[in-house]
Amino acid sequence: MATVTATPIPQVVAHSVEKPVKGWVDWVTTTDHKKIGIMYLVLTFAFFGVGGVEALLIRLQLAVPDNTLLDFKTYNQLITMHGTTMIFLFVVPVMAGFGNYFVPLMIGARDMAFPKLNALSFWMLAAGGLVFYASVFFNPPECGWTCYVPLASKDYLPNGGVDAWIFLVHLTGIGSLVGSVNFYVTIANLRAPGMTWSRLPLFCWTILTYSVLLILALPAIAAAVTLLLTDRHFGTNFYDPAEGGSPLLWQHLFWFFGHPEVYIMVLPGFGIISEVLPVFARKPIFGYKAIAASTLTIAFLGLMVWAHHMFTTPSPSVVLVFFMVSSMLISIPTGIKIFSWIGTLWRGTIIFATPLLFAVGFLGTFLIGGVTGVILAIYPVDWQLHDTYFVVAHFHYVLMGGAVFAVFSGLYYWYPKMTGRMMDEKLGKISFWTMLVGFHTTFLVQHSIGMDGMPRRIPEYADIGNLAIYNLISTIGAFILGVGILITAINALRSLKHGAVSGPDPWKANTLEWFTSSPPPQNNFDSVPRVRSVEPMKDIRAEIERRNNETKPVSA
Amino acid sequence: MHSVTRIERALRRLNRIPHLTRASWRTATSAIALAIGLTLVTAGPASASFWAPQHGGSPNADRIHTLYAVVFGVGVVIFIAVFGALVYAMVKFRARPGAVAEQLHGNTRLEIGWTAGAAAIVLVLGIVTFLMLPGIRNPDNSDKDGFDVSQYQTAKDKDLLPPNGQSLNIDVNGQQYAWRFTYPDKDADRQNNVQSYEEMVVPTGTTVTLDIRSSDVGHAWWIPQLGGKADALPGYTNHTWFKVPAKALRNDDERENGRVFKGNCAELCGRNHANMTAQVRAVTPAKFQEWLDRQSADLVAAHEAAVKFRQEQQQSDKAEAAAAAAVDSDTTSADPSAPSTDSAAPAGAER
Repeated sequence: MATVTATPIPQVVAHSVEKPVKGWVDWVTTTDHKKIGIMYLVLTFAFFGVGGVEALLIRLQLAVPDNTLLDFKTYNQLITMHGTTMIFLFVVPVMAGFGNYFVPLMIGARDMAFPKLNALSFWMLAAGGLVFYASVFFNPPECGWTCYVPLASKDYLPNGGVDAWIFLVHLTGIGSLVGSVNFYVTIANLRAPGMTWSRLPLFCWTILTYSVLLILALPAIAAAVTLLLTDRHFGTNFYDPAEGGSPLLWQHLFWFFGHPEVYIMVLPGFGIISEVLPVFARKPIFGYKAIAASTLTIAFLGLMVWAHHMFTTPSPSVVLVFFMVSSMLISIPTGIKIFSWIGTLWRGTIIFATPLLFAVGFLGTFLIGGVTGVILAIYPVDWQLHDTYFVVAHFHYVLMGGAVFAVFSGLYYWYPKMTGRMMDEKLGKISFWTMLVGFHTTFLVQHSIGMDGMPRRIPEYADIGNLAIYNLISTIGAFILGVGILITAINALRSLKHGAVSGPDPWKANTLEWFTSSPPPQNNFDSVPRVRSVEPMKDIRAEIERRNNETKPVSA
Repeated sequence: MHSVTRIERALRRLNRIPHLTRASWRTATSAIALAIGLTLVTAGPASASFWAPQHGGSPNADRIHTLYAVVFGVGVVIFIAVFGALVYAMVKFRARPGAVAEQLHGNTRLEIGWTAGAAAIVLVLGIVTFLMLPGIRNPDNSDKDGFDVSQYQTAKDKDLLPPNGQSLNIDVNGQQYAWRFTYPDKDADRQNNVQSYEEMVVPTGTTVTLDIRSSDVGHAWWIPQLGGKADALPGYTNHTWFKVPAKALRNDDERENGRVFKGNCAELCGRNHANMTAQVRAVTPAKFQEWLDRQSADLVAAHEAAVKFRQEQQQSDKAEAAAAAAVDSDTTSADPSAPSTDSAAPAGAER
C-alpha cells in the first residue's frame, strides 16, 4: 500500500500587509530617534517663541519708570512663565532634541537604545508643557521660577498656578530622567566599531555629562516639589517654620538641582561649539582630552556650588566660604575650554559661515558671563549684587548669549542634515548680527541697572539715578534681539522649501552623521566604517582621495 | 571635475570674501562706539554706579566697592586679553586663497600653562577676598563722636558685635509689604520699645547692628549705599551692620534734617514687592537723642492714655457688673454654690 507522507507545506498566515502609517499618526506613534528629535526641536522652539513674547512684555512694562501697562499680578505671572518656559521647556529639552537626533548618528548607531522610552520622554515633556500652559486659562503661578516658600505655600498663593508648576516639574522631570538613562545607555553601548571613549565626539561627551547631571540632580527637585505639594494639600509642614519646618530646606533642595541645571543647559552648548569650531577652522579640535576632562570637572564641581545662590540667607560663614571657593574653582575648567577653543581657531583657515559666527558670538558673550560669574562668586560682593539686575544680566549672558547662541549655531550647522536643505547664509548673517547687537544692548546695560540699585522681579521702579535711560536702552535692545530671532525663524521655515539642496556633507565636517544622506534614511546607516580617530569623516574623505589617486593612473 | 555644485560655490565665496568689508567694519565699530558714548554721556560721569556697586554710606559698603573694583579690574584685563586673542585669530586666520590650516591637536605644555595661569588668578582673587572679608563681615567700633549706646545693650552673639561689644542693635522685621524697626531701650520689657515703620532713624558715627526677621514670607533687607543684602526668612534671624560716618552728612540741610538712604526689598515677596521700600535716615547723635526722646515720650503718653482708658473701662465694667450682680443676687440667692458676686464677673471679663 502506498502511504501518503504528509509533508509540511509552508503557509502564509498574514492576511494583509501592514500599511506604512502616514501623516500625523506617524509622528504621534513614532519611535524613530530622528522624528522624536524633530518633534523636540519644533516644540521647544515654539516654547522659545512664547517665552520670548513674555520677555518682550516684561521689557515693555519696564521701558519707562512707574509704568502701568501691566498690573502687579500679571507681571509676576509673566516672570514666572518666562523663567520656567525658558529653562524647563526650552534650553534643557532643546539640548535633548539635538541629542536625540545626533547622538545616534554621531556614534554610528541605528537608533537610541530604548526607542519606546525615547518617545515617552518626549510625550512627558509635551504633557508638562501642556499642564503648565493650561494654567493660563485659570491662574498662572506668580512665585518666580524658583517658587520660594513660604510665598509658594497655600497661605500666600492658594490658587492652582503653583500646582501647575509642580506638575510641570514632575512631568518634564520624568521625561528628562528617562531620556537621560536612554542617552547614557546609548552612548555606552551602541558606539560604532572602533569608536573608543577617546574617539567619542565632544558633543556626545557633553550629552553624556548632561545625562549624568540630570540623573543626579532631578531627584532633589522631584522630592522638593513633592514636599511642597503635600504641604499645600495634605497638611504636612516641611517648609513651615511655625510647625518645625524650614524655608531654607526648600532653597537647598531647589538649588541642589538648580545649579547643576545651569550646567545641564550650557554643557551641550559647549559640545556644539566643540563640533562647529574645528569644522569651520578646518583644523582638529585643540586639546580634545582637556576639553572632555574639563566637561567632567565642571559637572563634578557644578554639583558642589548650589549654595552660592543663597549667600544672603542666614547661613554660617563656613558654608559661605566653602561655596565661594568651589564656585571660583569652576572658572578654571571653563577657562581651559575657552582657551582650547581659541587654540582651535588659531592658525586655522576660518570660514565665516553662519554656524561659526554664532559659535564665535557665543565665545565672546560667554566670556563676559564667566567674568561676572567670578565677581558674583565672591560672597561679600554678592551681598551687593544678589537679586539685582546684575544677576539677571549675568545669567542671560550665560544662558541666552551662551547656551542659546550655541543652539543657533547648532541649528544652522545641522539644519542641512535634518532637512536636506541649507539655510540661507545671507539671512543667517543678518540674523546673527541683529541678535548680537540686540543681545548686548539689552543685557550689558542691565549690569549697571543692578548696580544702580534695581532689584529683580519688580514691576515698576521710581525715576531715580539713571534707571529710566538704562531701562529704555535695555527694552530697545530686547526688540532688536527679537527681530534677529524672528529672521532666523523665517529663514528656517523658508529654507524647508527654498534652501539649496545640501547633499550628505555640505560643510566637509568631521563626524559620522555626515556619512549618511541628508536627511538620513530610517535605519541611518547601511554600514558603518571602522572608526580610527575622533574625526572619522576626515579619514573617510582622505581614504577616498587616496583611492582615486591610485586608480587614476591605472584607468588612464 | 569642473562642475561645481551650488554649495561648493557658496563655500568658495565664503572663503574668498572676508566676512565683513572694511566699510561695514567701520560702520559697526562706530555704531558700537556711538552707543557706548551716548550711554556714558547720558549716564553722566558723576554716576559711580555705572560700573560698580553703590557705596559711600558705610565702611562695609566702601570695602565691598573696593573688593569689587579689584576683581572687576582683573576681570577687565582677562577679558581684554582673551577677547583680543579671539579677535586677532578671527582676523589673522580667516580663510584666504592658498592658506592651509595647521593640523595640530594640542600642546601639552601650553595647556598646562594656561591651567596653572587660571588657577593662579583664582588663588590671588581668593587671597584678596579673604584679606578683605573680616572688614566687611565684622562690625567696626563706633566712632568717638557717635551716639552713646552703652545703656542700650541687648544680649547678642559676640561675633556679631564690634570688638568693644557695643552697638545700637535694631530689630528689623519684614512683613508684606513694610519693614518694622524696633529700637533697644534700657529695660527688659520688649513691649515698651520705640518702634517705627518704613523709615529707620539712626545716629551718625555709631555702629548699628541689625537683627533681621520676617513674620510672613521671605524678604531681603538692602540699602545699597549702606552695604550688602540680608534675607529675612521666617524662622531665622539674619544679621548685618552699618555705620554712617559723621562726614556722610554733606551740608547744613543734612546736618539739620538727616540724610536719607533708600532701598527696595530684594526678594520677591508677593504682588506689592516693588512697593516694599525701606529708608534709613542718618542724623547727628544729638538729633537722634531728640528723636528717641520724642518717640519714647509719645510712647509713654500713648501708654498712659491706654492705661487710663483701660482703667475707665474697668471701672465702668465693674459698675455694670455690680448692678447686674445686685439683680442676680435677688434671683439666685438660694444656690449656695453660687460665687460671691462681688469681683468674679468683672475679673473674668477682663481676663
